[in-house]
Amino acid sequence: MADALIIGEVSDGAPASATLEGIAAARALGVDQVAVLMPGADSASAASAAIAGGADIVYTVADGPAADGEFDALVDAAQAAVTLSGARYVIGAKTLTGRDVMPRLAFRLGTALASDCSAVSLDDSGRLIATRPVYGGNAEASVACLGSVAVASLRPKSVDALESDASRSGEVLPLEFEANVRTRVLERVEEAGEGVRLENARVVVSGGRGLGGPEPFDSLRELANMLGGAVGASRAACDAGWVPSGYQVGLTGKTVTPDLYIAVGISGASQHMAGCSNSRTLVAINKDAGANIFKEARFGVAGDWQKVLPAFMEQLHELMG
Amino acid sequence: MTLHIVVTAKQVLDPETPLSAFNVADNAVSTAGNIPPVVNGYDEQAVEAALRIKEAHGDAKVTVLSCGTDFALDVIKKPLAMGADELVLLQDAAFENSIDPTMAVAALTAAIRKLGDVDIVISGRQASDWDNAQVPLGVAESLGWAVATIGRKVDVQDGTARVERVLPDGHETVEAPLPAVVTVSNELGTPRYPNMRGIMAARRVQPTVWTVADLDLDGTASPAFELVSLKKPERAVQTEMIAGDDDADAGRKLALRLREERVL
Repeated sequence: MADALIIGEVSDGAPASATLEGIAAARALGVDQVAVLMPGADSASAASAAIAGGADIVYTVADGPAADGEFDALVDAAQAAVTLSGARYVIGAKTLTGRDVMPRLAFRLGTALASDCSAVSLDDSGRLIATRPVYGGNAEASVACLGSVAVASLRPKSVDALESDASRSGEVLPLEFEANVRTRVLERVEEAGEGVRLENARVVVSGGRGLGGPEPFDSLRELANMLGGAVGASRAACDAGWVPSGYQVGLTGKTVTPDLYIAVGISGASQHMAGCSNSRTLVAINKDAGANIFKEARFGVAGDWQKVLPAFMEQLHELMG
Repeated sequence: MTLHIVVTAKQVLDPETPLSAFNVADNAVSTAGNIPPVVNGYDEQAVEAALRIKEAHGDAKVTVLSCGTDFALDVIKKPLAMGADELVLLQDAAFENSIDPTMAVAALTAAIRKLGDVDIVISGRQASDWDNAQVPLGVAESLGWAVATIGRKVDVQDGTARVERVLPDGHETVEAPLPAVVTVSNELGTPRYPNMRGIMAARRVQPTVWTVADLDLDGTASPAFELVSLKKPERAVQTEMIAGDDDADAGRKLALRLREERVL
């Protein structure tokens, strides 16, 4: 039995960062036992890493469609894990998989999902209080989850994972359940980007509508290369076809938390800010001095990026030798 | 056999509303002035996806379902003007727009059951008000149907829906047996604009209205959430604007300032 269950994911043989964040969030609730479902964990090391990360019980699924990441089977596995654990709080993450699996799990359990939460806590009566951005980030809602099971998904990178503690011990149990797969993957095409992955980059240089076309992204790439970073974009730039959709930072794109985020020609709609507002230092270059981005940026230059950026890069070059 | 496509469409506050006209008070969101509501953007893409299937398939019917309370008819009829065939409004005080999707899921599920012969439901990936991204998935679970989410292309053939899904670094093609629920994303492309003929035709269509009494809502789940607070997010950032003799000078000063602050 456990009080909280994390619907986890395995990435490169280890618990995904979002899963370790979920475990940390559950621990912060102050509950006794935290279980984590780790489909695809066929190695003892992935389970050990989850225990070191704060879990007491790890449910593993070594093979089959859930281990392969089929969503239908993952919902079945998650439902079985909820029953087995008896958890009152079920926490997942708003990852590609979580976006699909978590709402479906919630409805199967007779409730709904508190999705994309920036924080979770418990009130005096033990109800899960979930805080989440709504209206594209223009408002923030807190809801109390009613009913016998609370289901929430956390926005990645909104909670820090716990420091790994190899001295922790826990239980590893294979999960048994019946998978009913209906939607099947026929083909997967990776459009591998070059260089540093956007989600992990310490510096992100993003462009928006104000760039006016695809060519200026070459300057952004040059700047990103200088700083060992990656290039991102607003939804407007992706929808215009200037860069592939994988570049999109925002509510419906990627969440990034780099040390430095440089937004060029981005007005700063909440939709976009939802994906970058937790960056350590946000720098904005925009022609419109009244743009929303200047309310969110730490440093801003109100000017024509075509003049600001080359001079900025030249000076940077000098500084970096 | 006529292919019956249902599109779910939600009427929402215009997400392009300037922040200055966007009010949050008494645990509710409103817009100042007379800014008309719109059809949720992703739902317009769902209409577009349905119309493309109808054009490819020939023998198909597109029914739009919308759940809410205060409908602006000229707004919610836009899918008809785009080319949808029928509009059913699930209109009842009980369907008041809420952060809790439970009632919307129950109402849409009951309406789809009542329509009876639905092959595929297409919805936008999320609505721009509560950003829950879960009503279509809840409907699929309630109906026990297959699901495919975040599509940029949807085809129907041989009793299956073939959906090209957007991935963070690529795409994949999945196949779901019908009946199925499919959600679509902005990568599908810009929805068509209604032409004059469509607008005129939409004017003549009277939407069907179903209330709670018309829907079998027995066994509806109890509420999932209680709204504790709703507010504008706090912005703690102190912005430092960097000026120079001209734009290039400001660019140079920005680099120097970032170095000074050890950001670089």
